[in-house]
Amino acid sequence: MTSLIVIVVLALIGVYVSWRAGRLDRLHARLEAARFALDAALVRRSSVALELASSGLLDPATSVLLAGAAHDARAAQTARELPESDLTRALRAVFSQPEFRASLSGVQDAQELLAELEGASHQVFLARKFYNDAVAATQAARRRWLARALRLAGNAAMPEFFEIDDSLVPAGEDDQEADMPHLTT
Amino acid sequence: MRVGLVCPYTWDVPGGVQEHVRGLADALIDLGHYVSVIAPANEDEPMEPSYVVPAGRAVAVPYNGSVARLAFGFLSASRVRRWLKEGDFDVVHVHEPAAPSLSLLACWVFDGPLVATVHTAMPRSRVLHVSAPILQSALEKISGRIAVSEAARTTLVEHLGGDAVLIPNGVSVRRFEKADPLPGWPADGGTLGFLGRIDEPRKGLSVLLEAFKLLAVERPGLRLLVAGPGDADEALEQLPAALRGRVVMLGQVSDEDKVRVYHSVDVFCAPNTGGESFGIVLAEAMAAGAPIVASDLDAFRRVLRGGRAGELFENGNPADLAAAAARMLDDPVRRATLAAAALVAVRDYDWQVVARDVLRVYQAVAPAAGRVAAAAL
Repeated sequence: MTSLIVIVVLALIGVYVSWRAGRLDRLHARLEAARFALDAALVRRSSVALELASSGLLDPATSVLLAGAAHDARAAQTARELPESDLTRALRAVFSQPEFRASLSGVQDAQELLAELEGASHQVFLARKFYNDAVAATQAARRRWLARALRLAGNAAMPEFFEIDDSLVPAGEDDQEADMPHLTT
Repeated sequence: MRVGLVCPYTWDVPGGVQEHVRGLADALIDLGHYVSVIAPANEDEPMEPSYVVPAGRAVAVPYNGSVARLAFGFLSASRVRRWLKEGDFDVVHVHEPAAPSLSLLACWVFDGPLVATVHTAMPRSRVLHVSAPILQSALEKISGRIAVSEAARTTLVEHLGGDAVLIPNGVSVRRFEKADPLPGWPADGGTLGFLGRIDEPRKGLSVLLEAFKLLAVERPGLRLLVAGPGDADEALEQLPAALRGRVVMLGQVSDEDKVRVYHSVDVFCAPNTGGESFGIVLAEAMAAGAPIVASDLDAFRRVLRGGRAGELFENGNPADLAAAAARMLDDPVRRATLAAAALVAVRDYDWQVVARDVLRVYQAVAPAAGRVAAAAL
């Protein structure tokens, strides 16, 4: 009788542990997908910025500024947060010029490229938000005593937040309470 | 000659390029030429001196690893265009043409004799590599290129092709010759001086602080006067608490106070560990008649006439710096001899001399206007 109870309890514990492990596994899968999406969004943003810089639509000073920032962002393998923030700041400086849109209104291809860059910036904002969300969830799950005691996460490195400045609205001018960044029009 | 100078960096922030443009402008005016300078600055602020024309808003942007305040964009371009039209210049001289600011815009919109001076050495700069195609079309209009150092020339040749003539930085000897020491300086027990960014390792303040540790033990009255931007508390952490009170950190100082700093020290130290293409600070100290101890970088060795116009010590060696400074502190006659030699040597770098070399470049690219100007030489 006692042995039966022991077996049942052990089986229940086994089911519970494997359920926790499975949950952690799913969280890691979600994290991987989010990381992939974030990486793609960042690469796309710097590519479009570089395309705008070399398009000849802007004056050479603005082009050099954008090209430098976009290149640094794309070339960074580790420690990407600073160059990506710098790219955001460069974009913000370029787009927040008074009448910037108006100055390009008659130019072929310009509106298309600006819209693409705006879209890519939105994508970075969203992808980063979802990635950090996944990081927070994974970190919380892995800090549980069971996950730590049984090393349910295996050798996977503890995920870290990706903190960059990705707001395209200059600080202090955030008049709309919207969550999405917008390039000034 | 009607000369238009373009400065890419904000006028109200001290910097090597701004200093250079100002020195050149003053010297050209002294030589009888008309000069107008355009620089990023807000238009509602009065500009000093009066030959400076503000180009409108300067924006803080990340550039080449730090944050610079630059003017770019179509509005700045139209300001430059208007300034060029009103100035009707014989020659336009842009500074640091590869920086994404007014100089590049001036190259873009100006059709006429263009001279450019490259200041910064950026070895194997990836930023320049990426932007080379963009720069090419604007920079190929430049007919006379000047580099302030061999390193700057190499950067130019590597990234943008073409060659440049070497004309070093000038120093306004006149501005530094005479000034009152700051009140209470120099200290009775001897004063060492330093000027430059305190948190830039290549300026070598930490080497000087180590040397100060060695010297301070035997010289209870010795003090150190430091002028330059950066985090003072962080820099002082290197010293034992007992010595910190003997180091005075002035922070960023005005142009006037900078001159007074050179006049407030018994020995001026230039412990730079590298990256200094010319050492404008060294030339200023020489012009102010300060006895100098400097690291034995090639450029410093050359400026100090191989040691005849100032003591040289082994680069990066605090003990050697301490020994050299001690020799100077103990020997007033040697200090006076070296300072006098420095005053003679620095004449070669006086803007009055350097500006004539620059004028020759102007005449080479704008021969018609140069003929009139030759009379003024």
